[in-house]
Amino acid sequence: MRHIISILIENESGALSRVAGLFSARGYNIESLTVAPTEDPSLSRMTILTSGSDEVLEQITKQLNKLVDVVKVVDLSEAAHVERELMLIKVRATGKDREEMKRMADIFRGRIIDVTESTFVIELTGASSKLDSFISALDAGLILETVRTGVCGIGRGDRILKV
Amino acid sequence: MMISGAEIVIRCLQEEKVDCVFGYPGGSVLHIYDALFRQDQVKHVLVRHEQAAVHAADAYSRSSQKVGVALVTSGPGVTNTVTGIATAYMDSIPMVVITGQVPTAYIGQDAFQECDTVGITRPCVKHNFLVKDVKDLAVTIKKAFHIAATGRPGPVVVDIPKDITAQMCAFDYPKTIQMRSYNPVVKGHLGQIKRALQILQEAKRPIIYAGGGVILSDAAEKLTQLARKLDFPVTNTLMGLGGYPATDKQFVGMLGMHGTFEANNAMHYSDVILAIGARFDDRVIGNPEHFCEEKRRVIHIDIDPSSISKRVKVDVPIVGNVADVLDELLKLMDGNFKTDPEVANWWKQIDEWRGRDSLRYKQDSHIMPQYVIEKLYEVTGGNAFVTSDVGQHQMFAAQYYKFDKPRRWINSGGLGTMGVGLPYGMGVLMANPGAQVACVTGEGSIQMCIQELSTCKQYGLPIKIINLNNGMLGMVRQWQEMFYSKRYSQSYVTSLPDFVKLAEAYGHVGMKIEKPEDVEPALRKAFTEHKDDLVFMDFIIDPVANVFPMVAAGKGLTEMILAEDL
Repeated sequence: MRHIISILIENESGALSRVAGLFSARGYNIESLTVAPTEDPSLSRMTILTSGSDEVLEQITKQLNKLVDVVKVVDLSEAAHVERELMLIKVRATGKDREEMKRMADIFRGRIIDVTESTFVIELTGASSKLDSFISALDAGLILETVRTGVCGIGRGDRILKV
Repeated sequence: MMISGAEIVIRCLQEEKVDCVFGYPGGSVLHIYDALFRQDQVKHVLVRHEQAAVHAADAYSRSSQKVGVALVTSGPGVTNTVTGIATAYMDSIPMVVITGQVPTAYIGQDAFQECDTVGITRPCVKHNFLVKDVKDLAVTIKKAFHIAATGRPGPVVVDIPKDITAQMCAFDYPKTIQMRSYNPVVKGHLGQIKRALQILQEAKRPIIYAGGGVILSDAAEKLTQLARKLDFPVTNTLMGLGGYPATDKQFVGMLGMHGTFEANNAMHYSDVILAIGARFDDRVIGNPEHFCEEKRRVIHIDIDPSSISKRVKVDVPIVGNVADVLDELLKLMDGNFKTDPEVANWWKQIDEWRGRDSLRYKQDSHIMPQYVIEKLYEVTGGNAFVTSDVGQHQMFAAQYYKFDKPRRWINSGGLGTMGVGLPYGMGVLMANPGAQVACVTGEGSIQMCIQELSTCKQYGLPIKIINLNNGMLGMVRQWQEMFYSKRYSQSYVTSLPDFVKLAEAYGHVGMKIEKPEDVEPALRKAFTEHKDDLVFMDFIIDPVANVFPMVAAGKGLTEMILAEDL
C-alpha cells in the first residue's frame, strides 16, 4: 500500500540524515522525499512517499516518532488529503513538434516557462499519476530531461498538522 | 563570571552529580582534561582503550541508577567507542559520551584525527549533538542527560569541537528542560490497564514474561508484589534476570534459546502473556510463526511504543513506564482480583515440566562449566555482581547463578559484545565500591579487552575473573558441532597465553584450576584471602561441554534440544 507520511521536524543540521538513516537501517523504502522549512523557520516539514503492509507502516510511524528531533508524524493517506507533485520537463521543440508540445502542455494544464529555438521547459503540477501520464503521452525521443520534486500533501479541511 | 567551554563541561558534570568519568585523553579534549585536573569532584578512570571506557560507563549505569559518562578524543578515540555505544544502545542503557572534535573551522577538511562523529554514531545512539556555539554547551549537555535517562533510556553522544572548549562564556545550568519534540509517556492508559486486568482474571494458563525494562525502571519489587498477588508463573529474559527473585517458587527460569524446559513450554502453551519491559526478541520466542500457532492473548507493557506489536501482535498495548503502570495495576487489583481456579492445574503442568530438570548435568573428571558457576553462586552467597562476556560461559552464568536482586547481572544481551566482561567489572566497582564482582568469561572473550588488567591495577579494582577455559570459542564450536557436521572452522584457539603469568605480569594474582575438587577451595581463597586483589582464575574445563536446553535458530520454542536427548 502506498502511504504519504508527513513529518514536522526540528530544522537542525542532520535532521534529514536521521530520517533517511532510519529508513535505510530498518529496510523501509522511500519512493520520494521532500523537505523544506515551514512558516516557522525552526521547523521543517518533510513528506515521504513510502509503501508497505499495515504492520510496516505502523512501525515506520512509531520509529519516526521515536527520533528525538521529530515533533509530529502523520500518515496523510489515512484520511482525506490532497497531494501534488511538481515536474519540470525539458523537451525538444522543433518543427511540427513545437506546436504539438504547446498543445500537450495546454491539455495537461502545464506552463511553458523557458523557450529556446529548439527546446521548451514545461512546468507541470498535479498528482504523481498525472505527471506519469504526461510523460507517457509524449514521444519518448523528445524528452531531454525531467526533474520532479516528489509528492507533497496536506490534509483536507480541519486536519491540521501543526505544533 | 566567564569560564571556558572546558570548564563548563566539568561544571555540567558536577551539576549532574557525576562522580566518575571513564576516558582517555587526546588532542581535541586537552582543554577538558585540563579543567578536569583543576578540580576534585569528578574522578576520572584512565582506561587502556576507549572501547573499555564506554563499556565501563555502561556497567556503571547498569549496576546503579546513575547515568554513566565516558570522555574520549576525536577520530580514533570516537571510532573505538562505537562498539561500546552500540552495546549500550541495544540494551537501552542511559549513558552520555562526550567526544572531542577538531576545531570548528577544520570540520570537513579531513583534519588530523577528524571523523564525522555524529554521522558514525547516529544509527547506534538515542540521540547525538554537535555543539557549534559555546553558548549552547551547557543546555546541550543538560539535554543529553535528560534524553539518556528518560523514556526508553539510551546512549547520547555530545561532540564538542576543540575551539568551543577554549571559548569563554557565562555558565548557567538549566534546572529543567523542555523539548517540544521529546515528551516520553510515563503513565499508562487507564482504560487499557483495566482491560488488562480483566484478561488477567480470565487467564487459565497465564505467564508473566519480564525483561530488562523491569530493571531499567527499578520495578523489581513491584513485579514481585504483582506476581505474588496473581500467583502466576514468572519467566525472565536474559536482560531481565534479577528483575524477579530466581530462588522464588513462582520463577520458572530464563526463557528463550537457552531457556529452561518449563519456561519455554509455559510461554508457548500459555493462554495469556503479560509481557513487561520485554520485546519478543528472536532469541526469546524462536520462530515467530511457530510461536503464533498457539492462540493466546498478549498484554504488553513497554515505554517504547515501537516495541509493541513489532514481532508479535499485541491485544492490549500499555505504553508507559513499567514502574508506574505496575503501580496502577496493583492499585486497581487491590481487593478486587481473583485468580481463576484453573491456574492451579496450570501449575501442576508446570511442575511436571520442571520435573524434567532440564539444567541437569554430570560432573565427571573434567571440570564442568556449570559446576564452576554453581560453586561461584555458593561461595558468593548469591550476592555478587556478575559481569559476563558473550558465549557459552554467558549462558551458563545466566542459567546457574540465581539472581535474586536487580542490577546484579551485567551482560551484553542485545548486541552480544565479546570483551565487555572485564570493563563491565570496572564500571560496577566504580559505582559500587567494595562490592563482590565476578567476571565470568572465556579464553576467547577475555582477550578482547585484556589490556584493562592494567587499569584494574592502577585503580585497585579487585575483580574476580572466572575464566572458563575450554580452548575453544565454545558457542561457535557448539553450533559447528550441531549444524556444520563438526567442521570446526577457526573455533579452536591455539597459542593461548599462560593466564597465570599474564595476570602476574600485570601485578595481579593468577590461579590455574584443573581438577573439580579444586574449584570450590580456589573460589573461596579468591573471595576471602584475596578479597582485595584482582584474581585471574583460569578454570580448565571440559572442552566439549555444550549449553542445553537449546532452541536452534529458526525453530519453535518447544522444539528444544535437551542434554538428555543426546
